[in-house]
Amino acid sequence: MAFDIVLVLLILGVAAWTLSARDTFAAVVGFIGFGLLLALAWVRLAAPDVALTEAGIGSGLTGGLLLGASTRLRGTETTASGETPSNAFYLSAGGVCTLISATLAVVLLELPAEAPTLAAQVAANLSVTGLDNPVTAVLMAYRAVDTLLEVVVLLLVLVGMWSLAPDHLWGGSPGRHHPADPDGALPFVAQLLVPVGILVGIHIFWVGSVAPGGEFQGATILAAMWILATMAGLVDTPPVSRRWLRLLLVTGPAVFFAVGFAGLALAGAFLAYPEAYAKLLILIIEIPLTLSIAATLALLVAGPPERARQQ
Amino acid sequence: MSYTILYGLCSAVLVGLGLFGLITHAQPLRKILAFNLIGSGVFLLFGVIARRGAAVGFGGDPVPQALVITGLVVAFAGTGLAVALLLRLFDETGRGTLRPDE
Repeated sequence: MAFDIVLVLLILGVAAWTLSARDTFAAVVGFIGFGLLLALAWVRLAAPDVALTEAGIGSGLTGGLLLGASTRLRGTETTASGETPSNAFYLSAGGVCTLISATLAVVLLELPAEAPTLAAQVAANLSVTGLDNPVTAVLMAYRAVDTLLEVVVLLLVLVGMWSLAPDHLWGGSPGRHHPADPDGALPFVAQLLVPVGILVGIHIFWVGSVAPGGEFQGATILAAMWILATMAGLVDTPPVSRRWLRLLLVTGPAVFFAVGFAGLALAGAFLAYPEAYAKLLILIIEIPLTLSIAATLALLVAGPPERARQQ
Repeated sequence: MSYTILYGLCSAVLVGLGLFGLITHAQPLRKILAFNLIGSGVFLLFGVIARRGAAVGFGGDPVPQALVITGLVVAFAGTGLAVALLLRLFDETGRGTLRPDE
């Protein structure tokens, strides 16, 4: 209990600091710390799968994305800070937000003692899926259609991001080129860490069927390794017009759709798996899906094309 | 599960804090950051609901937990698109604010 009180106070303190910090870069660093503290809260709430995702995507990838943006927008901070609203505006905004927080808190305190839960239904049907991790079973079997739509959303966002490139850069490489420094520390770290990280990513994906982990958590680690390798200059981000890259991005969702439609014929419903092959089909979806998600996440961090395609 | 409610109150305050930042900050990047705080608060609320639904040997209801994982990934994608739009605005106009021309 004492640990929880300290953790909650730390989370709220870092969140308030993230809002009040003068420098945006510092605020983003605060946000990354906030995400890691929140991951601890998720462990305390008995949700280790969510804790992994929060630490990887909520804190790591989002933090990296915002750090890059805050460095590029640093020059605009002084002009923007001139637009300070009046005290009355602050007071009324504070009043509205306090009211919303208080309402939420009252609703939470008034929740019925008997919490509704679907845990029993999930447990009763878990053996059919061949999986032991209930969260992975929900993501890949009971609510697979949510996961399918989610990866489609990821792809659409990537297309939206690419279309923000100016016309002459269309089809080029995202981000700046980082030349490799043969004596630098970063390429050395990357050479050591990337092979280990890839193994860890595959492991996290693979144990997802029985233990905390899964395709999103594993894909995040794989994406982070790709980002690390590009930052160290070991590899360069490929032009977004490359055919193999586009194939890599769509293979996962395409296989997911194919298995989904096969379910119509074999088991009578979209995304239904015939019982005997449930685990095999989930694996057939998950392996290409993990690679596609990893590539999509890494390219989302890289941003729209910024270098013209070399002819 | 008395400590669970502590995280519930934490999520309620996070939503309020994030909303305050979203309203009062002038810089779009700070607004995006504050919006992510609101999101974290909402996700934590789901976590509390999931924890309350602990049954049949599970530490929490796996359905809301899976929803939060989906939500986290979509929130990241949304943040990425917002940042890309903001950087494009900066490249086009050289300004990082949403205020119309004076």
